[in-house]
Amino acid sequence: MPSSVLWAVDLFGKVYTLSTAGQYWELCKDSQLEFKRVSATTQCCWGIACDNQVYVYVCASDVPIRRREEAYENQRWNPVGGFCEKFLPSDRWQWSDVSGLQHRPLDGVALPSRHWEWESDWYVDENFGGEPTEKGGWTYAIDFPATYTRDKKWNSCVRRRRWIRYRRYRSRDAWAKIPSKDDPEQLPDPFNDLSVGGWEITDEPVGRLSVWAVSLQGKVWYREDVSHPNPEGSSWSLVDTPGEAVQISCGPHDLLWVTLWEGQALVREGINRNNPKGSSWSIVEPPASENGIVHVSVGVSVVWAITKDRKVWFRRGVNSHNPCGTSWIEMVGDMMMVNVGLNDQVWGIGCEDRAVYFRQGVTQSELSGKTWKAIVASRESDRSHSGSSSSLLSAGCFFGDEVRGSGESCAPSDTDASLEADRPGPDQPVPAESVDGPRNSRDSSASGPGTGRTTERAVEVPGPATQTSGPEPGPTTQTSGPEPCPGLASSPAELPWTNIDLKEPKRAPGHSAAGFPETTGLSSMGLLPLGLEEPYGADDHPLWAWVSGGGCAVEAHAVLKWFTVQSGLSPSVQTLSLSIMPAQTAAWRKQIFQQLTERTKRELEHFRHYEQAVEQSVWVKTGSLQWWCDWKPHKWVDVRVALEQFTGLDGARDSILFIYYVVHEEKKYLHVFLNEVTVLVPVLNETKHSFALYTPERTRQRWPVRLAATTEQDMNDWLALLNLSCCESRRVHGRPSPQAIWSITCKGDIFVSEPSPDLEASEHRLPCDQMFWRQVGGHLRVVEANSRGVVWGIGYDHTAWVYTGGYGGGCFQGLASSTSNIYTQSDVKCVYIYENQRWNPVTGYSSRGLPTDRYMWSDASGLHECTKAGTKPPSLQWTWVSDWSVDFSVPGGTDQEGWQYASDFPASYHGYKTMKDFVRRRCWARKCKLVTSGPWLEVAPIALGDVSIIPESPGADRSGHIALWAVSDKGDVLCRLGVSELNPAGSSWLHVGTDQPFTSISIGGCHQVWAVARDGSAFYRGSVSPTQPAGDCWYHIPSPPKQRLKQVSVGQTAVYALDENGNLWYRQGVTPSYPQGSSWEHVSNNVCRVSVGPLDQVWIIANKVPGSRSMSRGTVCHRTGVQPREPMGQGWDYGIGGGWDHITIRANATRALRSRSQETTTDWSGEPGLPSTPSRVAGALLEAHGPVCC
Amino acid sequence: KSFPEKDLLHCPSKDAVEAHFMSCVKEADALKHKSQVINEMQKKDHKQLWMGLQNDRFDQFWAINRKLMEYPAEENGFRYIPFRIYQTTTERPFIQKLFRPVAADGQLHTLGDLLKEVCPSALAPEDGEKKNQVMIHGIEPMLETPLQWLSEHLSYPDNFLHISIIPQPTD
Repeated sequence: MPSSVLWAVDLFGKVYTLSTAGQYWELCKDSQLEFKRVSATTQCCWGIACDNQVYVYVCASDVPIRRREEAYENQRWNPVGGFCEKFLPSDRWQWSDVSGLQHRPLDGVALPSRHWEWESDWYVDENFGGEPTEKGGWTYAIDFPATYTRDKKWNSCVRRRRWIRYRRYRSRDAWAKIPSKDDPEQLPDPFNDLSVGGWEITDEPVGRLSVWAVSLQGKVWYREDVSHPNPEGSSWSLVDTPGEAVQISCGPHDLLWVTLWEGQALVREGINRNNPKGSSWSIVEPPASENGIVHVSVGVSVVWAITKDRKVWFRRGVNSHNPCGTSWIEMVGDMMMVNVGLNDQVWGIGCEDRAVYFRQGVTQSELSGKTWKAIVASRESDRSHSGSSSSLLSAGCFFGDEVRGSGESCAPSDTDASLEADRPGPDQPVPAESVDGPRNSRDSSASGPGTGRTTERAVEVPGPATQTSGPEPGPTTQTSGPEPCPGLASSPAELPWTNIDLKEPKRAPGHSAAGFPETTGLSSMGLLPLGLEEPYGADDHPLWAWVSGGGCAVEAHAVLKWFTVQSGLSPSVQTLSLSIMPAQTAAWRKQIFQQLTERTKRELEHFRHYEQAVEQSVWVKTGSLQWWCDWKPHKWVDVRVALEQFTGLDGARDSILFIYYVVHEEKKYLHVFLNEVTVLVPVLNETKHSFALYTPERTRQRWPVRLAATTEQDMNDWLALLNLSCCESRRVHGRPSPQAIWSITCKGDIFVSEPSPDLEASEHRLPCDQMFWRQVGGHLRVVEANSRGVVWGIGYDHTAWVYTGGYGGGCFQGLASSTSNIYTQSDVKCVYIYENQRWNPVTGYSSRGLPTDRYMWSDASGLHECTKAGTKPPSLQWTWVSDWSVDFSVPGGTDQEGWQYASDFPASYHGYKTMKDFVRRRCWARKCKLVTSGPWLEVAPIALGDVSIIPESPGADRSGHIALWAVSDKGDVLCRLGVSELNPAGSSWLHVGTDQPFTSISIGGCHQVWAVARDGSAFYRGSVSPTQPAGDCWYHIPSPPKQRLKQVSVGQTAVYALDENGNLWYRQGVTPSYPQGSSWEHVSNNVCRVSVGPLDQVWIIANKVPGSRSMSRGTVCHRTGVQPREPMGQGWDYGIGGGWDHITIRANATRALRSRSQETTTDWSGEPGLPSTPSRVAGALLEAHGPVCC
Repeated sequence: KSFPEKDLLHCPSKDAVEAHFMSCVKEADALKHKSQVINEMQKKDHKQLWMGLQNDRFDQFWAINRKLMEYPAEENGFRYIPFRIYQTTTERPFIQKLFRPVAADGQLHTLGDLLKEVCPSALAPEDGEKKNQVMIHGIEPMLETPLQWLSEHLSYPDNFLHISIIPQPTD
């Protein structure tokens, strides 16, 4: 689980964060301002500063926040000048918005605030609905409000084109003041309280946030249009209240409570997706009339409150349908305030000691938790007292951290020239953490290593923000001190850490104030302590004023390190860490191992000459299972099974599985040699714990042996044992090789197969139904690999995972699993059911259908009844983690309540009602979660939609970084930096700008990057090379006629794409000089996934594959006859199937012995030329190198 | 036949062995965690512990036993170390006392500390020659070995550290 942070404000207004993985409060990176209130979410934090202004702090991420501005240029044709700017009097403006009603000159489009910057200049969008336009992006129409086409016709009298420009939010990792100039009825009086929530009301990509505030006069305000792409929102609007409000709390979902002066609470009702502001208020009386409510905090389905006498109260019975709840329950403890965070976890600030308390034991079933536990984590700044060893450790954990290139962090700027001039001579050439290390108690107060960290980061990208965040009215920081940097100037001699190996130890002498954010960071550090007058002594604990857990995800059973002092002061802790940690090398430990080894030897040696008592061991496991019988009518029949294992004299093992059944009172049996078994697939559903066993013969028949056990444990035991036997008989063990072929079933189970050299041979090719697949723990939707052993996966919840090099996990334990590199993995997916209604003249739409109709609650097909109460998670491994909610993101669109209309049931649905529609349906979704284990580690924090790793041909240079491209779940294209065999997770993402969201990406040999956009067209990325990992620009490639592409895969040279109707296309005419190719050629249909490898081999997952017993969907197929001269191949060879979803063969570069490498590469030398039809002209002259040849 | 009744406890059935084993495990956990861990386990976990031992399936056994070997992060070890010291020279069956793995000052106790406290006669005097061997699992760990580590890694399946004091062989 990635770490998240808890935000808190201390009594002095300093903002700190505490990571769920950390032990120290870290000073907020932008620490100039002092705050009264903060309210956090995972991506940002809103706060009210001491100047009574509202600020938002957007956490930095590798993916920028960017928004498109567009303007249309309109022209009318006249006989004299052709198309020109001469309009009819009734016409629109020459420059307008899309409707033509608004005048919109290019230079009139301004940035909304100074927290935005332009990404580039205006340019013409030449992409028109997935098709490239000609002649400068013009689209033509007869008259202005009309349909535009890309072709100019005889009657085209007007034309227009779209100009686009991107702006980018730049004030990240810094407090950005919310502009207040453009507010309607004058700015509200100063704000008193503020709360952010509502992120679960709408899903991404909207990502709307509800920001509510209460002013000093007791009015309630709502910030309009706050969302992930628009972090500042647009304006404040007043929400009427029946009384004067003092405090407000907004939950992640639809709860909103307000406290009134009179001590009652107001509860907002009617908050939903279409009306995030809600509709009405209702009043909840305080628990006791003499002690009114002074503070409330709400979560998804909990409300906590504090009354005037500082008692803590829990509201019983709160949920979406009843936001008021039923009654108050008094809890123990006296608190100043409480705050409910993610997962309804609760934090509070104690009345007496002002410490932050965490409510322990809060689970979905017990929302009120068990006990308050004080968080005793110390601040980083306090740590500097403890001297060397602890700060050394801390330095280690800082710099082990991923360096997120966030130059626009905070460096407090306002670098007076005088200050800089005062600084001692040529700047101290100190590595960054010296800032942290030697800071002694003298200047340890407010800024601490927090700032030290900033400086370290700032080294990497000197950001432009350093200059701009300056003029902020930060009242306290600019304590213009003539005294230069006391901490550093006074103690340069005590810098013990100068030899620590820093990631970025470069540190330029800072003569100029402008160019070096790091130096400004330093100077500010020297300054800060002067302004504050040593607020706390050496040993007292921090005093807190406010805490916000809205961005802090604590899993119910997670272990936190917040509750122990890690000061490094206590000798016991020190000795412990010193004696235990280097235990690996301690003498006593070595001796124990040595003695144990000797003992074993001694005990065995004497008996070596005895013969083995049993020469050939036969080992039998028997049990009762159910078997899906081979004859009709097919049903589960009870069988006895026995697994016999023989160990031959040579140690080789072989096993036979016997299945004893009774038919017509006659005893029969079936046997399977385990060395013939090709795969064992668990098939879990709501009722049965079953698994399927395939042999090559059974694969061809599309008819596996299916067995079911009564309990999950029983099934796992059998599965693990059978798998172990299969692997033993084939002598496959340990981790998969780097060349392994990976695949995933529709249940998310992961399988891996070792490719034999014959697999891609041109003659005597190994049929792919003979491939042996073994399962690896974990749960994924997508897996991609390359031949240097880098494997990435994507879960159903879009989490990115990287393979750790282990094997086993899941249900495989003991010998079948590696002891290290196995981690917990979780995945979340949605179960969908449909609510169907028919219209009748009396009551309109109702849940009373015709007798012939489908179930009123059904699955997508309508054939099976699925009620809200009766629908179970897909298997017993899954548990519900949310309630049912309407899904609005269904294809075809929905109305405001999520309904889709159609004329009759099995029909196409649309999102609006017409006269002819008699039926409607809506989709309900419910999330369920699975927890398993496997050799996978999460790559936080960006969720992915697709990923691709460069395939490497056998002879290729194996040094250097591995190119890895991905598409985020929002459609951003990303390029991973720093990926290598040793660091398969890489270091950071590089964002690659696009004009629209993308869905699929593939990087082939020679760094050819192809991608598919959400409109179904393909794009080629120019000039990608190891030195220019992100390339320079996109070339638009139209999709095949009337088809929308959904996936692309690029091998060494071959480019294949897949459209939404299951057609597989080959790109013709791809040459080094013209890497975009010329046209699409149809290869096959019924394809749902394609993977093209480094040998240009083509593998797909196909549907409707025939077998002798049944058809099979989701079958692995291998293209036969693929030759350099015949890259499209001839036919398909069918492999394992029946529910496969994904395959990657991009790691397999194992050729057959007869080399054909020369043939394949000859075509690929030659001078790269100038690629034509660039998708944007803004780049002016394009650099003339296409893909680099290998 | 001729079972050494007076030396060994004679268990009449397999169930009795199992019951005896479980009672030892429970006793050990009472010392280590005030029985919290063992009481939170289900019957089937107990069963798995025994079946694992009986069938010589280490992974099966350890999957459960691992939990018995954990201790809260905020502490430095178990509450008390379950151990039994056997001496060949005395009539006492064994020595078993309450002994904490960590000293009041935070120092980890070692095997030597334990013996000094509980069975000083086993230790060789400062200057004198070594008269006894301190054996666990047939090996002689160094006296500097932290007791907590020994308890986690060299305990017998019943979760006790069985320490034998035997006279130094004189050959």
